[in-house]
Amino acid sequence: MTVYSVPGTPGSKVTFKSRYENWIGGEWVAPVKGQYFEDITPVTGKPFAEVARGTAEDIELALDAAHKAAPAWGKTSPTERAAVLNKIADLIDANTEMLAVAETWDNGKAVRETINADIPLAADHFRYFASAIRAQDGDHAQLDGDTVSYQFHEPLGVVGQIIPWNFPILMAVWKLAPALAAGNAIVLKPAEQTPVSILVLMELIGDILPPGVVNVVNGFGLEAGKPLASSNRIRKIAFTGETTTGRLILQYASANIIPSTVELGGKSPNIFFSDVAQEKDAFYDKAQEGFVLFAFNQGEVCTAPSRALLQKPIYDSFLGDAVTRAKKIIQGNPLDTDTQMGAQASNDQLEKILSYIDIGTKEGAKLALGGERADLGGDLTDGYYVQPTIFEGHNKMRLFQEEIFGPVLAVTSFTDYDDAISIANDTIYGLGAGVWSRNGNVAYRAGRDIQAGRVWVNNYHAYPAGAAFGGYKSSGIGRENNKLALGHYQQTKNLLVSYSENKLGFF
Amino acid sequence: MSTPTITASVTIAGETVPRVELTPVAVDLLRSLWEEHGPLMFHQSGGCCDGSSPMLFMAGEFITSDQDVRLGQFDLAPAGGPAQPLDFWMSAEQFNYWSHTFLTVDVVPGRGSGFSAEAPRGVRFLIRSKLMTTMTPFAAPADSAETVEADAAVPLAPARSPA
Repeated sequence: MTVYSVPGTPGSKVTFKSRYENWIGGEWVAPVKGQYFEDITPVTGKPFAEVARGTAEDIELALDAAHKAAPAWGKTSPTERAAVLNKIADLIDANTEMLAVAETWDNGKAVRETINADIPLAADHFRYFASAIRAQDGDHAQLDGDTVSYQFHEPLGVVGQIIPWNFPILMAVWKLAPALAAGNAIVLKPAEQTPVSILVLMELIGDILPPGVVNVVNGFGLEAGKPLASSNRIRKIAFTGETTTGRLILQYASANIIPSTVELGGKSPNIFFSDVAQEKDAFYDKAQEGFVLFAFNQGEVCTAPSRALLQKPIYDSFLGDAVTRAKKIIQGNPLDTDTQMGAQASNDQLEKILSYIDIGTKEGAKLALGGERADLGGDLTDGYYVQPTIFEGHNKMRLFQEEIFGPVLAVTSFTDYDDAISIANDTIYGLGAGVWSRNGNVAYRAGRDIQAGRVWVNNYHAYPAGAAFGGYKSSGIGRENNKLALGHYQQTKNLLVSYSENKLGFF
Repeated sequence: MSTPTITASVTIAGETVPRVELTPVAVDLLRSLWEEHGPLMFHQSGGCCDGSSPMLFMAGEFITSDQDVRLGQFDLAPAGGPAQPLDFWMSAEQFNYWSHTFLTVDVVPGRGSGFSAEAPRGVRFLIRSKLMTTMTPFAAPADSAETVEADAAVPLAPARSPA
């Protein structure tokens, strides 16, 4: 067991600056209007740094810097860009603990997750896209004896990216890595709930990138996000967040006739067929853990398995075992490596989760575990902690239909395969899903029949670079984490060449 | 004089009962934001991160369509003042799953909410919900509802409006 020191105290892995400006053109630039806002750590509910409250003027400065940098960066060879991405990955790996503690303090999540997942995955995503861009070929076709069509990938130029707060560094990297690999310059706006950790990363890697290739402007959505998303100086806008803002982003993109990729969340079903309980063996244990993964990252994951579907014959026994297991979740100081569940990311997030626990009760769902705010006492007493919560109900309840983004699981039963698929697909979303069965045929078929972009079969919550990630239905447009993402950041140039000396003969 | 709760007018054809209200603290905040920005609108979000919260925009900023339902219209104007209409919208597909609940727009301390206009004030709109006695709560298939039906205390008896 290790308990990391609070940032800024003796022995801590990270000391935050008291004030963070915007990162523009490879240097810190004060916000034009001179305004700042406080960044609050969810761990204690107390402010720990001031952050630039950027506005349209700052977005313009960042776009100036990006436009200045984009032509030269876009002309670098894939080999050169891959080398830069690999250097970034190495530097992240060499500073895992520092970045992990910074991320935990900004977001509230347990440090065992930032150390073992968020930060190593961030490094690996850079490496993956370093490889992917080097392996990417253009293509050509010989259309007739004298005519050849060549297709080249070209960067889009300057792109905008708006990042969510649930995995502040990793979600930024999901978007940065393919955009950089493809040769674009970027203006990135982090979430105002978690504005600092990405700046700690920029402080670390800033020197590796040519000035202006990545620019970070903080601020509120209306004041900084909207001017970025609606700017006619970007060639693409990428966003992860919720449906209303997603539609607004697509609306702004339509006004500029630019592409947009949006990832808008989900209400992911986690389906357990009866045969998982055929034996109480290692696989059963794994499936039980798969159920309890609703509490991973305090439930603040777009793909959180927030609906558990249990086949009737095993409903009571499987749920009973799982509730017993969920009771053992260790909630505590997020800087303690033994802690399994940390704090929710913000006060309003906490309030929203509690409002859903309230409507769940009013709708008649049956509480099987938790259901309250958790007071962890001491310095943590004002932090934003919620008990792991399990409700039993049915799929038409709002608990089963809305992304609560907290450690709240809605459980129901199903009779047979068709019933399972029908319940699983009865949602407006289609981002993630889980299927658990010892029968490969059933698992395969279910995986194909569920309308979701990522179906985990006999596992859950793995996000390896290389596996395409993105939504069906109202969960959004586009794919990340895979070489497909390069296409979201590239223009296609077709060069149609005639090698004939002879005229057409038309005129 | 203390600020009153404001209940939205009924805007869905064929309905007679309001669906949305504002708490007094929400009314005060909206009046202040109206002074800063001019006419406003709500669109209820769903999904990741800041989702499941009402987003406040300048009126007309968010383009609604046949894929949206207007749940009600508030008038923020103090008694006797010129009308200050504020529509509350939700996507039609989301409304399919929300239609049995009455929504109260409240305000809590918070940070950040998409492009919603209240965020710079350090507060956030929050939805509190209760069941509408005039709506059929759910048309759930009997099979999947078994775990709930087994609990006799569950207050799910459908109650249709006689009106």
